[in-house]
Amino acid sequence: MEGKPSQDSPASPAQAGDAVIEVRDVRYAVGGRAIFDGLDITARRGRITAIMGPSGTGKTTLLRLITGQIHAQRGDIRVFGEDLSKISQGELFDLRRRMGMLFQNGALLTDIDVYENVAFPLRAHTKLPESLVRQLVLTKLHAVGLRGAARLMPAELSGGMARRVALARAIVMDPDLLIYDEPFVGLDPISMGVICRLIKQMNEALGITSIVVSHDVQELSTIAHDSFLLSGGKVVAKGTPDELHRSAVAEVKQFMGGLADGPVPFHFPAPDYQRQLLEEEA
Amino acid sequence: MSVVADSMPVAALRRIGAVAVFLGQILARIPASLGKPSLIVAQVYNAGARSLVIIMMSGLFVGMVLGLQGFNLLQRFGSADQVGVAVALGLLKELGPVVTALLFAGRAGTSLTSEIGLMKATDQLTAMQMMAVDPVRHVVVPRFLGGFIAMPLLAAMFSVVGLYGGQLIAVSQMGVDSGAYWSNMQNAVALREVNEGIMKSIAFGLACSLVAVYEGFHAAPTAEGVGLATTRTVVVSSVLVLLLDFLLTAAFFTNS
Repeated sequence: MEGKPSQDSPASPAQAGDAVIEVRDVRYAVGGRAIFDGLDITARRGRITAIMGPSGTGKTTLLRLITGQIHAQRGDIRVFGEDLSKISQGELFDLRRRMGMLFQNGALLTDIDVYENVAFPLRAHTKLPESLVRQLVLTKLHAVGLRGAARLMPAELSGGMARRVALARAIVMDPDLLIYDEPFVGLDPISMGVICRLIKQMNEALGITSIVVSHDVQELSTIAHDSFLLSGGKVVAKGTPDELHRSAVAEVKQFMGGLADGPVPFHFPAPDYQRQLLEEEA
Repeated sequence: MSVVADSMPVAALRRIGAVAVFLGQILARIPASLGKPSLIVAQVYNAGARSLVIIMMSGLFVGMVLGLQGFNLLQRFGSADQVGVAVALGLLKELGPVVTALLFAGRAGTSLTSEIGLMKATDQLTAMQMMAVDPVRHVVVPRFLGGFIAMPLLAAMFSVVGLYGGQLIAVSQMGVDSGAYWSNMQNAVALREVNEGIMKSIAFGLACSLVAVYEGFHAAPTAEGVGLATTRTVVVSSVLVLLLDFLLTAAFFTNS
């Protein structure tokens, strides 16, 4: 890795099918409340895998588990074949050099400009000459359409621009795996379309395996090869987006159709409405 | 009641232990961080140069007060020309390091805590971890070293400006002879006493910088959490400075 960015051969479509991420029978609980219990997910090389589910189902927690930020209480999580529960901090950092992650808010470093943000991983992990760093940074910024914004500060960017800069930063080390945490939240239709196109482009042009966590069914349906729908700490449906749309399972129909009430209730558990109103009057 | 009474010392001990472990993590990463001196220089500028105006103004006023009070007291015993000694000893041994540390905690300490806390709240520290960059090494250590280096320099600046503040009052306003002001000071103040002040300011710099980066790094990642952490930085640093001041003064007093 030292001296140059990762040159591990990116996955080609021919390699599609190998598991990059394997989550097996995972249990993760916080304060006794199980977020996941018996969770199984596989993300295959060279494909875009969508993780969907209503708010509060633990989608971001799942990303924290597969990036080794937190550890499961039961089950196996393997990334690039490495069992996350058995590797050291140094090995985890080596693994993370093969990953890029796009945060919900971009998570750009606010004290340096766009150019330096994208150059940050290169400066941290390589000793490339400045001329090469410049070329790589400008190439990645050009890929997300923001070469002209190189000298802007993060505070001067719109939400969509910040996410595109974060995407340029995430791909600057040529990762094998890109993880997107709610990439469409709070974006206008144009920015959403741009991000959607970029995710697809990164996958097709660079062969990067992608995990997209989101609840934007329509956007994900256009780009995902495989989809997993989470609910109640488990995968309630998996398959292609089309298969999920055709599913007869009540939870899947409710989520894919955007129905207000169903297995996921509209009302948060509460005492009887009439009785509560009368009690308060009394 | 007994549970509360028992849990408070335990919680305090746990906190002291956590701070000690954090200091150990910082110290272990200092050699690696020295490889990027530009990060440390930037933090010396942030914590030091940006605090210079408030430190110099405060030093000037404290020196002027010492000049007034010293002259008022010493002239009763016919020793008004010793006012320079009173100003110098007051500043170098006590007020210089202590007031600088209190101002440093309020100005640079809160800035460090809120900056690191906000980086945590906006996922910047997590993003670094995801880029396989250690945030303690990249964010915490340069800020800790920046504060640690800046604090003694600021205390020295405070004392020097304070000496001129004392002169402004004693010589220009009260009519003490300028030669007597400076020469008596030179004769009466020993190098050991200057060193006392330097050692105090180093200890205060260590304490204030450690508290500031610890509170920022362990702040709850919310607006309220960062606010609480910033408040704790000022409170804990101030109490710690006064406690350390007493302990160090007692130690120097015993050894003199």
